[in-house]
Amino acid sequence: MFDFYFELPLLLRLLLQGTAVSLVLLPRAPPCSMAERKISAWIQGRPGPNRTKPPIAGFLAPLGLVASIPVLGTALQKLGIYQLAADGGKFTFKEDPIPGHVNKFYFVLAPIASMIPALTTVAFVPFGAYFDAAGKLVPVALTNLDVGLLAVFALGSLGVYSLILAGWASNSKYPFLGGVRASAQLISYELSMTLSVLPVFLWVNAPGGQGTLSLFDVVQTQSQPGFWGGTWYAMTMPVSAFIFLVALFAETNRQPFDMPESEADLVGGFHTEYGAFKWSLFFVAEYAHMIVGSGIFCLLFLGGWNPLPWVSFADLAHWLHFADKPLLMGLIAIGLFLAKVGFFIFFFMWVRWTLPRFRYDQVMKLGWQKLLPLSIANLIAYALVIAWIETR
Amino acid sequence: MSASDLLFHLFAVFTVACALGVVFNKNAVASALCLLLSLVGVAGLFVLLDAFLLAVLLVLVYAGAVVALFLFIIMLLDMQGGDRKKFTKATVVSSTLAGGLLVTGLVSFAQRGQVAVAADVPVVGSTLRSYAEQLFTVYLLPVQIVGFLLLIAMLGVIVLSKKFEGLDDIK
Amino acid sequence: MAVVTVERKPLTFWERTYLPNIAAGLATTFKRMVKPTETLEYPEQRPEIPAGYRGVPTLVYDPNGREKCVSCQLCEFVCPPKAIRITPGEIPNEDPNAHVEKRPQEFKIDMLRCIYCGMCQEVCPEEAIWLQQQYSMTGYTREEMVNDKKRLYELGGTLPDEHFKWDKKKAAEQAAAHGGHH
Repeated sequence: MFDFYFELPLLLRLLLQGTAVSLVLLPRAPPCSMAERKISAWIQGRPGPNRTKPPIAGFLAPLGLVASIPVLGTALQKLGIYQLAADGGKFTFKEDPIPGHVNKFYFVLAPIASMIPALTTVAFVPFGAYFDAAGKLVPVALTNLDVGLLAVFALGSLGVYSLILAGWASNSKYPFLGGVRASAQLISYELSMTLSVLPVFLWVNAPGGQGTLSLFDVVQTQSQPGFWGGTWYAMTMPVSAFIFLVALFAETNRQPFDMPESEADLVGGFHTEYGAFKWSLFFVAEYAHMIVGSGIFCLLFLGGWNPLPWVSFADLAHWLHFADKPLLMGLIAIGLFLAKVGFFIFFFMWVRWTLPRFRYDQVMKLGWQKLLPLSIANLIAYALVIAWIETR
Repeated sequence: MSASDLLFHLFAVFTVACALGVVFNKNAVASALCLLLSLVGVAGLFVLLDAFLLAVLLVLVYAGAVVALFLFIIMLLDMQGGDRKKFTKATVVSSTLAGGLLVTGLVSFAQRGQVAVAADVPVVGSTLRSYAEQLFTVYLLPVQIVGFLLLIAMLGVIVLSKKFEGLDDIK
Repeated sequence: MAVVTVERKPLTFWERTYLPNIAAGLATTFKRMVKPTETLEYPEQRPEIPAGYRGVPTLVYDPNGREKCVSCQLCEFVCPPKAIRITPGEIPNEDPNAHVEKRPQEFKIDMLRCIYCGMCQEVCPEEAIWLQQQYSMTGYTREEMVNDKKRLYELGGTLPDEHFKWDKKKAAEQAAAHGGHH
């Protein structure tokens, strides 16, 4: 059925795959923003955006026809789907002014630079698995490098430049402060984040193994038979998971760590001078970071596409008899993985409406004086425990 | 010319051009960004050599953190570049000397350097395992020594940049 | 006054990590999220207007359908923002209400000026002008925002008060004319 695809030249195929994956990630931002508005509304006891409805006449007629379907149309309206379309249209078509006092080249460069890490990190994230013809489990991913996690961290760390550049190029006070805050915060929390995942890889790389940082292999070690083989690392290494999660909040600039753009003290932070389409690019980048970050967390600590602890995805495929259908299997794996990622996106928003924002000195104190020592102690403790287990 | 040769030339020209940009830019922020691009070019060259790990580490450590710190400092101190100093006789002599030494070194390295044939070089840095093995066996001592050197340099900077008037200041 | 120093209780380990409190906060917000919303969705759902609410000023009829206003212009005089304009008019002799003598020929309230103070209602000797429960006045032009007499009576309707002051007066006069006590 899909033979024609594999006869295409390799370069074209890679190009198609890359574009497809990036295009799946890119339009995640509007639904995420709508989810953000809806969840914030529900937590605050409001219904959220539920009024917008396209007219049946005019160029919006197709949307209007969908909206006039009796039950479905109203349900979509209550969920604010048309508000989403209206927002998208607004961001695309409204005037996009460049203030006179900015450094124009870097001002335009910054939002474009924000898209680079946002759209490339996903290339190293496996999102599912299936049995190939030989009965071996293979990942669904663009690339499965053995330095996968490092590559994600490396590209993700480039995200700080868009914030610094935006803050600096805006050439006014609050964006500048936002940019300085962003650079300091992102560098501080990167350390604890990297240190917190080391115990996982100490455990994954048993002596005599291949030596890998591949995210697929991490999931594989969480889906082995037996009690210890089937546990997720969030259970055996809760402190690591916790540090990673906190650092993830800081790295994605989400509340309670949204220092770079805290509107209470910085107007809008690094994107104060931005509007319309350029601003929405920052927005897309933030959600892309959230999605990739939650994906990494699920892969490292929550068993990736395994449905439950001690129930591996391969077992599920055998029980429900879809192990011989690679396409279906891949889709189910992706579905399971995306469900977990979706929960984390929800968690990000849930936390946003629960916790107040830190002060900046508290953020720095937490990062350097609390999380960093904790993650080093955690690393040493797990190194000792793992060494003891291996030499027993 | 194969595709990888073409890519090599592209990345090489890109790297050198960006490196020149670092030197000749008057704006400190633009210089730092050129340095960033230059590092990305070097990472690309590493990828062409199949040294994914080195490429990733270069981007992670230098492009991701070090240049970000540079930018942070530049922005914090609000450096404007300032006027260029005029050449004095001393700078002309010393730069000619240094340039000559560099060229001599490069030429001698190209002519008599011990560059082994590609097949004999163990591919260190392509996989995590081989890299780690080298790091923790052959190069363990040098890495530690360099680490200590950096630590001492850092402490020296702190000592030099702070005024000590007595033991109470240390607190 | 004696100062009592209250010892601050030292925080326990878990209290210092804030984690139990964060978990409790998350539980609270989640509970809030699954509860029904408290928003009143305005154009479809209307708030309940309490009795005595001071909404848009209106003119009212008495239960017999007589305009209660006698165009005495007290409200026009007292109105602080000068929103009211009254053109008084005579009631012709053949009218059943001829004994009231006067009624407004035109009565205009400019709702762009009105401050809903209720002084017109306070001052009216006839209880003819009432601030009722209508609270939202909208219009596309300035002219639309001026309520004329017709619109004021439409908004006001009839109030069920049975004073019938003028009818009683007429009856008393007639009784006197027929040689009553006075």
